[in-house]
Amino acid sequence: MYAQMVDTGQSRLPEPAELSADERAFQARIDADVKIEPRDDMPEAYRRTLIRQIQQHAHSEVVGMLPEGNWITRAPSLQRKATLMAKVQDEAGHGLYLYCAAETLGTSRDRMIDDLHAGRVRYSSIFNYPTLTWADIGTIGWLVDGAAIMNQIPLCRCSFGPYARAMIRVCKEESFHQRQGFDILMTLCRGTAEQKAMAQDALDRWWWPSLMMFGPPDAESVHSAQSARWKIKLLSNDELRQRYVDQTVPQAEYLGLAIPDPKLAWNGERGHYDFGEIDWREFHEVLKGNGPCNHDRIATRIKAWEDGAWVREAAVAHAAKRAARELEAA
Amino acid sequence: MSAGTEWPLWEVFIRSQHGLAHRHVGSLHAPDAAMAIRNARDVYTRRNEGVSIWVARSADLHASSPDERDALFDPAQDKVYRHPTFFPMPDEVKHL
Repeated sequence: MYAQMVDTGQSRLPEPAELSADERAFQARIDADVKIEPRDDMPEAYRRTLIRQIQQHAHSEVVGMLPEGNWITRAPSLQRKATLMAKVQDEAGHGLYLYCAAETLGTSRDRMIDDLHAGRVRYSSIFNYPTLTWADIGTIGWLVDGAAIMNQIPLCRCSFGPYARAMIRVCKEESFHQRQGFDILMTLCRGTAEQKAMAQDALDRWWWPSLMMFGPPDAESVHSAQSARWKIKLLSNDELRQRYVDQTVPQAEYLGLAIPDPKLAWNGERGHYDFGEIDWREFHEVLKGNGPCNHDRIATRIKAWEDGAWVREAAVAHAAKRAARELEAA
Repeated sequence: MSAGTEWPLWEVFIRSQHGLAHRHVGSLHAPDAAMAIRNARDVYTRRNEGVSIWVARSADLHASSPDERDALFDPAQDKVYRHPTFFPMPDEVKHL
């Protein structure tokens, strides 16, 4: 998802008897659905895992602005341009809510940004794909933000208070993102044959990467099991992916677009859509840094950070000067 | 890296239009109070969430400790008589 394959630092899931008294008391609070707040006692592994997870999530929001930002100057109308700017501004806000939630756990903003730029912490695989046409902007809103909502709604109930509260704010805004994307695609699909072909081409390229957003099947993952026990992962990757496919296929049908999967078929017995094999090799290559845009995204991010350094420094100098003047006047 | 120049953290409180009290909505970094209010406006009031913003440096907030929870809050638990529902009222008596 926005946070994929989060490492919990565990090599196996501990048996209840192996937990210390503190860890057992902590787990009992989680089991009783008590929210954990920043100053509460918590196992070090829980804290570190959450910092990693929330940080990945925040970086995804921030890097997620880049593929869309490209299109602000090329949006086809003033209305679309204003809408896209509002959406990109939301993503910045989402990144900020999440960074703040991670900071309550004892990390710093600078350290997180440094981790991103140095490649020590990932962002979602999905943002390493290029936005080639205007239809990609519609498709990102519809599919990528749709997948994000699928993942983020359960996280509103996660065990860590600041993360759950950030997710509630994010989810309220995310619904606008998904709808504006679908609206772009509806317009294209009702337009000329060329416009519809552009929408189909975008769906062809984004469908499989969106399914990969949920991460590999986690049935055998120690980390997923531990995160589930801590209630910082509420549903399995495959469960979320299935829900996503089930909800998205009828939307594609409405648009009159074909999902690029010959094995996609309704399974009446299961009450779900069956779908084809995901190419996990591609997913792992993208995570390793070999996706189409990995290098470009990080380079753009670092440039923005470095180009903005003088602004951050000037703001601090200005604040210090004003504070000194006030002191003098007093 | 700009280590050492990280802006201080501020807590943000917003009052909505409905005459309610300011409510904590989140936090952000800013070099001073004026910028904190500007940033809070951009981050927390993009959809008419409020008509007034308070910001306070996080470092200036004092909070009760989770360790004191029992000492502070337990005594209220056995004082049910502080709630109006503790006193059963006859149905025929109105306006109570």
